[in-house]
Amino acid sequence: MAEKTYGGSTVSVDADGFMTDSGQWNKEVAEGMAAEVEITLTDRHWVVLDFVRQDAVDQGEPPGVRRITKLTDVSMKEIYQLFPKGPGILASKLAGYGKPQGCV
Amino acid sequence: MTDGNGNDHGMPRKVAIICSKGSLDMAYPGLILANAARMMGIDAMVFFTFWGLDIITEKKVDKLKAGMVGNPSAPLPHMLAGLPGMETFATSMMKKKIQGLDIPDIRELVETLDAAGTDLYACKMAMDMFGLERKDLIPEVKEVIGAMDFFQHAEGAQTFFI
Repeated sequence: MAEKTYGGSTVSVDADGFMTDSGQWNKEVAEGMAAEVEITLTDRHWVVLDFVRQDAVDQGEPPGVRRITKLTDVSMKEIYQLFPKGPGILASKLAGYGKPQGCV
Repeated sequence: MTDGNGNDHGMPRKVAIICSKGSLDMAYPGLILANAARMMGIDAMVFFTFWGLDIITEKKVDKLKAGMVGNPSAPLPHMLAGLPGMETFATSMMKKKIQGLDIPDIRELVETLDAAGTDLYACKMAMDMFGLERKDLIPEVKEVIGAMDFFQHAEGAQTFFI
């Protein structure tokens, strides 16, 4: 277990850099994590991240890529454009959660 | 090589999956692996050969059957597996289970792979053997290639033979 600082916020992260306490998340953290993978967050990224955060609360776990594309207006093609280095992990990670459990 | 986490595992950022089977149960493993790779930001290509061509053949992709006959893992006595209607029954049971878990059907999974930027290739030799032409394949297939081309495209990749 380690800590990382993004701007003015310090959060606990696991060995892979995923937050261990989603309650510590804020937009500054998301922007800092996004910068690490060369992403500048746009409104379209926020559609995904806002959905992930809401769905993680509702379902008790973060959604996989397929669920995100089914329940938002972000298509499969677009989500790969938004998170080219891996939407499966980055959507959850940048929203302050761990990896989703599913395979789709 | 770094993954989508920005972590360096020393793994290649590319996978090459060979799908050689056409039963419903054996179509999923290769496609799910390719999709998981893409979700992690790993480049992926799939090479469909022999019975795997059924997965990308327009007339076959929606009709793959669960392989029970001659399958030592099949949950029913061998003598029953080949009886009329058993294959259809086993297939529909398997499909219900898959749908119930909200796993996409094969056609949708291949479309997902394509939308996710996976390169999908058909094996030239197998196409010739089965008398197939490009027009018989689903539109998501990138190219019909031979085994040597496969090795060229798969350079540096982790290869999986399904």
